[in-house]
Amino acid sequence: MNGVELVLRAIHHGEQELADDLLAVAGRHSADHEVHHVATDLAAWSREHVERVTGTARHRGLDLAEPHQDDSSPGLLAALKENAAEAPGRRPEPGLLLLRDLRDLHLKAAENSLYWEMLAQLAQATRDDEALELASACHPRTLRQVRWTNTMIKTLCPQTLSSL
Amino acid sequence: MDGSVDRIARPWGSRTPYDRGRPWPARVDTYLADGVAPESVDRWVQAASILHSDGDAMDIAVKEGRIVGVRGRAVDRVNHGRLGPKDLFGWQANAARDRLTRPLVRVDGRLVETDWETAMERIVARSRQLLEERGPGAIGFYTSGQLFLEEYYTLAVLARAGIGTHHLDGNTRLCTSTAAEALKESFGCDGQPGSYDDIDHADVIALFGHNLAETQPVQWMRILDRLEGGDPPRLVCVDPRPTRVARRASVHLAPRVGTNVALLNALLYEVIRTGRVDTGYVEAHTVGFDELKARLASCTPEWAADVCDVPAARIQEAAEILGAAERLLSTVLQGVYQSHQATAAAVQVNNLHLIRGMLGRPGAGVLQMNGQPTAQNTRECGANGDLPGFRNWQNDEHVADLARVWNVDPKTIPHYGPPTHAMQMFRYAEQGSLRMLWISGTNPAVSLPELSRIRAILAQDRLFVIAQDLFLTETARLADVVLPAATWGEKTGTFTNADRTVHLSDKAVEPPGEARPDLDIFLDYARRMDFRDKDGAPLVGWHDPESAFEAWKRCSAGRPCDYTGLSHAKLRGGTGVQWPCNDRAPEGTPRLYGEGITWAHPDVCESYGKDLVTGATVEAVEYRSLNPDGRAVLKAAEYLPPHEEPGGEYPFQLTTGRTLYHFHTRTKTGRAPQLNAAAPDVWVEASAGDARALDAREGDLMEVSTPRGLLRARLRITDIRPGLLFVPFHYGYWDTPAGHAPDATTPGRAANETTVTDWDPVSKQPLFKTAAAALRLVERSDGTTSRAPTTTASAPHRTGDAPATEGGAAAMVSETADPAWNDGGRSDA
Repeated sequence: MNGVELVLRAIHHGEQELADDLLAVAGRHSADHEVHHVATDLAAWSREHVERVTGTARHRGLDLAEPHQDDSSPGLLAALKENAAEAPGRRPEPGLLLLRDLRDLHLKAAENSLYWEMLAQLAQATRDDEALELASACHPRTLRQVRWTNTMIKTLCPQTLSSL
Repeated sequence: MDGSVDRIARPWGSRTPYDRGRPWPARVDTYLADGVAPESVDRWVQAASILHSDGDAMDIAVKEGRIVGVRGRAVDRVNHGRLGPKDLFGWQANAARDRLTRPLVRVDGRLVETDWETAMERIVARSRQLLEERGPGAIGFYTSGQLFLEEYYTLAVLARAGIGTHHLDGNTRLCTSTAAEALKESFGCDGQPGSYDDIDHADVIALFGHNLAETQPVQWMRILDRLEGGDPPRLVCVDPRPTRVARRASVHLAPRVGTNVALLNALLYEVIRTGRVDTGYVEAHTVGFDELKARLASCTPEWAADVCDVPAARIQEAAEILGAAERLLSTVLQGVYQSHQATAAAVQVNNLHLIRGMLGRPGAGVLQMNGQPTAQNTRECGANGDLPGFRNWQNDEHVADLARVWNVDPKTIPHYGPPTHAMQMFRYAEQGSLRMLWISGTNPAVSLPELSRIRAILAQDRLFVIAQDLFLTETARLADVVLPAATWGEKTGTFTNADRTVHLSDKAVEPPGEARPDLDIFLDYARRMDFRDKDGAPLVGWHDPESAFEAWKRCSAGRPCDYTGLSHAKLRGGTGVQWPCNDRAPEGTPRLYGEGITWAHPDVCESYGKDLVTGATVEAVEYRSLNPDGRAVLKAAEYLPPHEEPGGEYPFQLTTGRTLYHFHTRTKTGRAPQLNAAAPDVWVEASAGDARALDAREGDLMEVSTPRGLLRARLRITDIRPGLLFVPFHYGYWDTPAGHAPDATTPGRAANETTVTDWDPVSKQPLFKTAAAALRLVERSDGTTSRAPTTTASAPHRTGDAPATEGGAAAMVSETADPAWNDGGRSDA
């Protein structure tokens, strides 16, 4: 396996996880409506990235489209935790849980952003136009995911943490 | 033209045709109570309309200490003497027998009358307790778009610097926050670019989701008069309903609800493809054109036709008219602001004007409209989730400047994030971190989405709710303290309409009983709380409307909304004046951006902008590198499908909206006999094909349901877009036996029983126009028709299906020609 394939594999995994995590967070925080709706929209970006990465990998004889759902996947965990915000109704804990989830999404998106950075750098160094185009097309949206989670944390944390 | 007209049956009155570029002739509309002759009126007191955002100037007729009628002010630049039906008849609600006349407090679960001392001390005691135990974040204020400038400013000072809370917003969040946000995104700062006078000069007027005929009927009169004069404008209308505007349009596009961005992107695509870009303007005044062009690359009319369900040829036709216009005026309202991707869509209208260079000249302008009469003041005074004077919360120098004006430490003013928006305040209350909510001049128990949730939040024991209103509204019934407020005609103050025109509204009569002006209530609270500045002087140093106005002038000085050239005295007697009004523009400013973009520079802008999809804030350093010279920003947006699509159990799209004869939750218009009779009860509109499929006919009792709730309404079959239902949002429960919520005897009546809790991530405006719903026949009509007006967008599909809406003798209004504008009294053409 060469370097591009290594990074493609990492991005594929990272974007797949982020898509799942975004949907899980959307489900868990359905009573925090903005998070619910925007996280759902942003999951679509990560899914699209997964498809594009899969396509690029396929051109190189690398099959990344293996079935990824298994029993320990975040999808199942997400289903278990779904609507945690609704069940306890008006307790403050969902606020803390939301901050934790947003932090995790932020870190995951930042990790993906670094992979895109590596792919772009490597592609330039090796004059791999296809990989560079892929990174240029996808990286901006990953950065927007990073900024969104940052903005949400910045906005919500003072109220949540000062009212404990 | 002089005559008497039934202004319920003919809401826009008689025509006074005029030619392009000529002044709009005056027509003075007068309505006096039965038996009152004009010469028997004791006094005429200057005011302006409080039941929509147009700012129609009028004089209140006073006889024996009572309001007996109104007359349009011929000299005023906005309405040239005309009044709309709500202006003509709405004042009667002031004298309704069920006005609140004494404060109420909750004792053992019931609201009982008390005195002001007791009510205010309860509020003060709870405020102090919460500040001590939980801090300022436990206290929130939810105000209105219907108070006066002086009142909002006072509230903003006491909330932001007195309490020090981040939680102050207005119900303008529901009506105009997208207008403000779209202007900030494109021009760096709030501030209406255009002027109503542009209607006199435009050759094309495009109305995007704006039912002007019903929301600002006086400007629709202006367009009707131009349509009957020489060189009339062509109209382009985007609206899924058969509005009066749609019926007069050269091209009417009725897109699938929730697809505005797709449609606008296709219009921009065509304008660019056909070479209609003003490249000189784009190069001199904008950044971002290449990104916009790249984003639009695949947005062909054929693509949009599929998404929007509008023929590609119609989109091309509309784009051709927009592209060929010499002077283009565009207006935008709730069809965009309360729909999916609200800000992203509104910004594309700004983009249309920027790439065509259609700004700052007579006839070339954008009107990002407001819904409410004083919404502009909520925004500029900092009571709508912004800092006062369009200061930038991300810019420490702006915060320091505000702290200097208020003589407080900058740390006193919360600015660690964007001020909290209304929907988030309700979420904090739901979670229990917000424990006191002071609601002034608005009725969230009818006007917010998903009412069962809102009622449950307001009814919590741990949330201390104060309702300040004229009537025992649905919201007031859930409050712990109810404060009786004075209203328009009973207090003095100023307010600003959608085209920046500032009007004075003087006190004409005494308020009923012990009701007090909102300003006096806020001043009383500030005094009792003993808020101080950093030198120990009272934080709120003013004591009446005029001194409050003078304080606001100091806060507005040097800002885009500069009021320093205005005073109550200057506004008394003549026409309203458009801000900015200062030394450099002593008679006001008709249009912004005639000489380039002035408030987008990184040092002066109100906002660095947001991501149009996620709402993430752009940081200062990023904005500085994108837009170092302070040009207009062309922001591209990708189309995203709506969050709730019809299908399965809920096959219809549902949109809510308004009718000409009512305002908001009908607290006033439902108590004005002519207006109430014109539209006394809720209805649901569906297309003929959809009704046929359900075997339903005009007047049948239907049930509209969504996953959130349901309501019952009689059916009106109209030429609405197939697959779409419309329910007016005005109706609640105060005039039903149930009082404030549906119960065993009163089925759901409020449109917001059904709406989804979802808001635009950029402007935080709730989306009332994008839900999936089911429609079911409950009971066949016994011959009664629905009570929907026949004069408006709710007109029946077949004339004769329902009796014509008429006001009869009680609605006769005198219309008189007036020479005020006949000699070309203006020089702006």
